[in-house]
Amino acid sequence: MTTPESTAAEGTARESATHETSRVLPLPANPALGAVVAGGVLAAASSAMSWTWTADFPGDLTYYGSPAGLQWLALAGGVLTALLALAWRGLRGLRWLNPSGSANGVLFAALGTLAVCWYAVVAIAVELDGLVNLDPGGWLAAVGSLLAVLGALGLPLDRRRAVRHAELHWGLYAALVLSVVLRVGLDQGWALHAVPPGIRPIFTENLWFFVALPAVIAALRLWRLLDGWLRIGRIERPLPAARTLPAWAEILVVTAVFAVGLGMVEFGVSTEYGELFIGFLLLTAFGTAALLASGAVGRLRELTARHRAVTTGAAFAAAGAFPFTQSSETYVLIGTNILIFATVALGLNVVVGLAGLLDLGYVAFLGVGAYAAALVSGSRFSVFRDLHLPFPVAVLIGALAALVFGVVIGAPTLRLRGDYLAIVTLGFGEIFRIAMNNLDGKSGPSLTNGPNGIAAIPDVSLFGFDFGEAHDFGALHLGKNGNYLLLMLVATAVVVTVFARVANSRIGRAWVAIREDETAAEAMGINGFRVKLIAFALGATLAGLAGAVQAHVSGAISPDQYLFSGPTPPNSAFLLAAVILGGMGTISGPLVGAALLFLIPAKLEFLQQYQLLAFGTALVLLMRFRPEGLIASRRQRLEFHEAQLPAQAAPIDDVPTKTGA
Amino acid sequence: MSAVTTDTAPAAPAPAPTAAPVLEASGVVMRFGGLTAVNDVDLTVRQGEIVGLIGPNGAGKTTFFNCLTGLYVPTEGTVRYRGQVLPPKPHLVTRAGIARTFQNIRLFANMTALENVLVGRHTRTKEGLFSAILRGPGYRRAEAESRERARELLEFCGLGAKADHLARNLPYGEQRKLEIARALASEPGLLLLDEPTAGMNPQETRAAEELVFAIRDLGIAVLVIEHDMKFIFNLCDRTAVLVQGRKIVEGDRETVQNDERVVTAYLGAPLEGTTAAQEDGQ
Repeated sequence: MTTPESTAAEGTARESATHETSRVLPLPANPALGAVVAGGVLAAASSAMSWTWTADFPGDLTYYGSPAGLQWLALAGGVLTALLALAWRGLRGLRWLNPSGSANGVLFAALGTLAVCWYAVVAIAVELDGLVNLDPGGWLAAVGSLLAVLGALGLPLDRRRAVRHAELHWGLYAALVLSVVLRVGLDQGWALHAVPPGIRPIFTENLWFFVALPAVIAALRLWRLLDGWLRIGRIERPLPAARTLPAWAEILVVTAVFAVGLGMVEFGVSTEYGELFIGFLLLTAFGTAALLASGAVGRLRELTARHRAVTTGAAFAAAGAFPFTQSSETYVLIGTNILIFATVALGLNVVVGLAGLLDLGYVAFLGVGAYAAALVSGSRFSVFRDLHLPFPVAVLIGALAALVFGVVIGAPTLRLRGDYLAIVTLGFGEIFRIAMNNLDGKSGPSLTNGPNGIAAIPDVSLFGFDFGEAHDFGALHLGKNGNYLLLMLVATAVVVTVFARVANSRIGRAWVAIREDETAAEAMGINGFRVKLIAFALGATLAGLAGAVQAHVSGAISPDQYLFSGPTPPNSAFLLAAVILGGMGTISGPLVGAALLFLIPAKLEFLQQYQLLAFGTALVLLMRFRPEGLIASRRQRLEFHEAQLPAQAAPIDDVPTKTGA
Repeated sequence: MSAVTTDTAPAAPAPAPTAAPVLEASGVVMRFGGLTAVNDVDLTVRQGEIVGLIGPNGAGKTTFFNCLTGLYVPTEGTVRYRGQVLPPKPHLVTRAGIARTFQNIRLFANMTALENVLVGRHTRTKEGLFSAILRGPGYRRAEAESRERARELLEFCGLGAKADHLARNLPYGEQRKLEIARALASEPGLLLLDEPTAGMNPQETRAAEELVFAIRDLGIAVLVIEHDMKFIFNLCDRTAVLVQGRKIVEGDRETVQNDERVVTAYLGAPLEGTTAAQEDGQ
């Protein structure tokens, strides 16, 4: 067991110019740790108690002995906090959970638990009108999670030495005061005299603005105070060399992690009400931060890097298992749509992430593939209604049509650079949509059935397997949407394979070189135009492939599915956001980004008109805290956090002495 | 006119003037609107030679380089590489066999050192998109060969241990070396170095000298722009001086150092009563 002194000594050893290891609250080491563990256990235990007396709150948190909804999250958060704290202490059998030896992970886990518990408690109090609606379980969760956070603040944390914030401009404080005065004045009427009658409604009907503005300024100020006090920083501590496990055990770990991941995604997808999804997001965000800080993610990364094939297989197996775990067709459809969105995002990643060409009209290629495939699908709304080609041929036609379009559009536009290319592609994206709207036989040649689109695309039938019907394999049930999910998964696998192989090849390196410095790349013998055209065409082909499948999955296509931006993905703006948010140039990045970008708006529907506001805020926060995207490529990890290079971060080989004994 | 002003008799010992010319630039003129940045410059670089190109700031040295490498298309004049007129596209010039480095380092900052060198191999490999997707045995062999060759080059430039470091994280001197390694990866017959020792300390400069000699010994002709006179005169068999776009002198160390126009160009017009032919402080 580590003594507090040795932990402190280890802390000083880690001190660098920018970071130190110290406590926020001057608590003695053992009580602090005890508080964390006790807090975590209390929060976890509270999940077995009733949080509120009435079943009015979504999820029915009234039962003793059986957790429901948000209580599951409190349980998970509490257990994670307690385990991380014990792992940090070096408890035998748990060290794998905290290999970096940083206490920050404990704090993040405790904060996540706090966020979930207090969110639930506040939501109960607000929605049911009053704290009186809380049962002992709710109080226990609130107190326990707070205790855990306070305890964690007494642990030696990795902190920045100094926080330098630009002071808020005095004008902001003036605006704060002014808006409060205005709010009161407009409310009582005396300020209205200064406003011409014609525009009075602008002020009187938007009174909330005069509260929201000071609230934002105050929150900013509060955040700076809090940040200056906590100074929690992110040091990427070098991980000590791992004890080598036999290969089968490592593979087992990877598989288990993916099983857990599948469970989490399933939980997120099938959250039935907004409160639960928000809680899920909070816990996922803090939990991920905790496991990153504790080094568990880094360890896992080592494992997956060593067993790449197994990892890929496990990921696809988990995705393939998803429809079998769902009883509701709706959630399976969400899964299918996520896959479509993710596949297209990965295609866009070739263009944006690798070659650095900002394409704002990418969704048009999805549309070209979808239309081409729909036209030959045998739908009675197609102008070629007698033509019913088999599905693989239709997909091929979709991909080829997109390829031709990619080359035709790319050949003139790729001579432009940067912003100009972005604007031109944006224009082409809109041209595609408008053209599809007008090729209805009245405004133009009859081809696409205009705004009505092509509906009633027949179900796919491959080798006698009808995708339109439910199938039972023994005990396993697969509905229509499940069939299509598996079909889409095959398309995703194709795109992933192509991306993985091309990214690390002569042509892939040429793309990255062009992105980095086009002049230097040309001086190295790369024909910039040709290489960019190949990237553009490949991206278009992959989108066309996905589009052809999408047309068959959704059964009907119309021009307004292919917008630049809109409330539902996939549209060009969302695709780009998925790539950047997930991590440019990576495979898993756009997949994860697409899943989040699909789920978040879908699950935030209860916010109604504030949906996009909340969504935008979430994006801004993500970009603030992880500029390299959720999944950073090896390159970008080094780019944004220049701390240590793997080769310099020499493994510390005194693991046993470090963790105690 | 250049024939008049140039003292072309090379007293340089090593390469015989009979060696086959690698680069022949004749009458190169580069105008930007009314500005003539390079004015009627002739320059020949022969097999196995190291030629220096010096001149005050703004003399047109880098512009001349850009004319040689296809970044600019010369307004007049021709550039021949091994007798062939060079195509006016940078990537075709590199394919033909001229590689260059840049004055302000232009590495692919977010690629590793190894990847940078692999990009340099681009013209000497031809695996396309489909072979990359299919990953046949031919592709694997070519890729393995490329990697091996790239590692050799990193080793050659003294960067063997830095293969997996991001280019941007390398110290300045090593970034310069990496640029040279990347240029060598295209298997050039002529290497153009644009101020390879700018910002280096004396030890690093000496190491760079060794590197350039080693490159010459590989049979690659070198044309180098530099401000460090010691470096230039240690290294070069011949040196050409460019002033205001014109080549005023070409020759060995003594010829260049004793030419009063060079001294004037570098130190300004002599004051009355002083002779321009005094030692220039090297």
